[in-house]
Amino acid sequence: MNEMPNIEQATDMTETKISANKVQVYYGDTHAIKDVDIEIQPRSVTAFIGPSGCGKSTFLRTINRMNDTIDICRVEGSIRIDGEDIYDPKVDPVQLRAKVGMVFQKPNPFPKSIYDNIAYGPRIHGLARNKAELDDIVSSSLQKAGLWEEVKNRLDEPGTGMSGGQQQRLCIARAIAVSPEVILMDEPCSALDPIATAKVEELIDELRENFTIVIVTHSMQQAARVSQRTAFFHLGILVEEGSTQDIFTNPKDKRTQDYITGRFG
Amino acid sequence: MSLFWLILIVLAIAVVGYVLGRARAMSSAGGVRSALHSLPSYYGANVAMKAAVPALLLLIVWLLAQPFYVNSDISAMIPDSAISDGSSRGLVLAEVRRAARGLDNAVAAGAMTEEFARNARADFNDITVRLKEAGQIVTSEITQPVLRAAQRYRVLAAAGNFYMTIAVILVAIVGALWGLRETNAQFRARNTVEKGVRVILIAAASIAILTTIGILLSLVFNTVEFFKLYPAADFFFGLTWSPSFSGRGGSSELGIIPLLWGTFYISFVALAVAVPIGLFAAIYLAEYAGSKVRAVAKPLLEILAGIPTIVYGLFALLTVGPLLLSVFGDNGIGIMKAGTAVMTAGLVMGVMLIPFVSSLSDDIINAVPQAMRDGSYGLGATKSETVKNVILPAALPGIVGAILLAASRAIGETMIVVLGAGAAARLSLNPFEAMTTVTAKIVSQLTGDADFASPVALVAFALGMTLFVVTLGLNIVALYIVRKYREQYD
Repeated sequence: MNEMPNIEQATDMTETKISANKVQVYYGDTHAIKDVDIEIQPRSVTAFIGPSGCGKSTFLRTINRMNDTIDICRVEGSIRIDGEDIYDPKVDPVQLRAKVGMVFQKPNPFPKSIYDNIAYGPRIHGLARNKAELDDIVSSSLQKAGLWEEVKNRLDEPGTGMSGGQQQRLCIARAIAVSPEVILMDEPCSALDPIATAKVEELIDELRENFTIVIVTHSMQQAARVSQRTAFFHLGILVEEGSTQDIFTNPKDKRTQDYITGRFG
Repeated sequence: MSLFWLILIVLAIAVVGYVLGRARAMSSAGGVRSALHSLPSYYGANVAMKAAVPALLLLIVWLLAQPFYVNSDISAMIPDSAISDGSSRGLVLAEVRRAARGLDNAVAAGAMTEEFARNARADFNDITVRLKEAGQIVTSEITQPVLRAAQRYRVLAAAGNFYMTIAVILVAIVGALWGLRETNAQFRARNTVEKGVRVILIAAASIAILTTIGILLSLVFNTVEFFKLYPAADFFFGLTWSPSFSGRGGSSELGIIPLLWGTFYISFVALAVAVPIGLFAAIYLAEYAGSKVRAVAKPLLEILAGIPTIVYGLFALLTVGPLLLSVFGDNGIGIMKAGTAVMTAGLVMGVMLIPFVSSLSDDIINAVPQAMRDGSYGLGATKSETVKNVILPAALPGIVGAILLAASRAIGETMIVVLGAGAAARLSLNPFEAMTTVTAKIVSQLTGDADFASPVALVAFALGMTLFVVTLGLNIVALYIVRKYREQYD
């Protein structure tokens, strides 16, 4: 992965990190996602917006194959990351998820110490050869997540004892600790108050330097604030996708316009 | 009048009260339902409650108190000289009650008249003969004091029953009238009934608690009695268990250590079987099995819990014992003498405990929030890593609770031990030797011709008390572990 800060404007980039082609998702008999084609650029923030039940979270979860953990869920079509089809039988979903991290709607720190929460991923993937390296990973992950100053003196306290906003940043730090290339965020601020939300948004903006971020959000202001590109989903269909500025100022589709002007959803 | 009819009469008064109360409420509101504070049925229920509940309470108290009064009265009639050697006042009183019942039956059968049965001058030899002729079993000759006491007993019992009937019916009627009197449109019958329901529920809860206290007290008193006859130090630290039923327990050695050793050894083997198998089965069912497998496998596993323990005992005796014997017995390795052994009982008991461990653990694992699993899978953990690092630590307090519950059952189990482990109290490390447990010995001390005044029988209560304290201690430890190591999640 290229650790160098990207000098170009994210919106001007033409390379592709993730490309989805004719993706269909079924829950039992329900056809939840229909014919989604999208290209996601590296080192940028892409926001998925749309009304509840439109399939944006479901589509997000196909990118790291989290839907595999649901019995009745079936995915068709192809999703490529760096040109490699992640639904190829040769791909190990467990390895994939180390490369494509995920942050969930509700902060879900493990009922362990702050240190153990961050060290969880590096430990199972054997990323640290000794305690010192593990300490380094933990402290650098917490620093990147902007949490280090707040917790450096209480790393052995339970992660569940922190405030909601801190818990969510802990979950982001936990995802960073396995050095993924892509981070998926499923409404990461919906359980947080405005101040905690602002901190997380600031963090997302900083993380853009090193990671490809896909974020599902219910708040259109949030999408406008943090993302470079925006995709609007409606009833399982990707209605419109483009630069965030275009989507919010000059939507091509009537449904997009109705949604962002608050006529439904 | 028999108890059955008395209860029926009280209930009839309550039903009549219900109907009258309802009607009175309606008429007091001039037939307009909306003018009443409560629904008409609440007024009826109020009257019925006031008729039935106090009357039935009085009935229960009376039935409990009357025998005490009668016993103390007739006990005073029996002089010490009438109690022969080797007998006790309790036995003579039992004789009196038997004689009284014999007289009752004889009168009912027409062998003698009521006047004759009550006649204070009746010759006791004549009465004995007549009772025997009437087919009423009289163990020995009825003596003069016993006959007088029996006659007195009958008089007191009859009078008691008569007054009880009067009092109970009176209380029921007064209660009904009280309920009817306060019935009018403004009366808050609904609130009163609510209070009544509360009282009834409290009574039910108290009965459960009081019963526990009662059981504990009966154990305590008999245990104290035992320690008066047998030194406590010998009981708790004695290494030999050899009760001698002859000579009134004088030469018995009643050391609990061999029994406790057997209990813990067998329980340990049982848990060593049940905990890994049960826990792994629970993890499979909760985390790996598809919904179809789960729908079939879980009930099947729980069927194991429904098998009566005596059937497990037969399984141990007829199948597991001989099987182990063929491998470890004289034809095999040669360390097992007979089919009954610690291993036999322990293995079978372990099988019995599997569903307890697995079913409880399964529920607890399912209660771990899905968000924990998602978090772990999202970081690229496999299923078994997730189970080991996230789910088991989060479910640990509950699982420890399940294991300790299983341990309590293992310690209290009797039938499998009786059939599978033998009856020899022995201190040995060899799991292929016969041993026995506290519960099995309680059974053998109390069955047969037990004389409740001898240490050989009373020791059963001390054993029971020890067992009670041990399981109580286990539960306290379990609570402590659960509180201390709980990994909080929400």
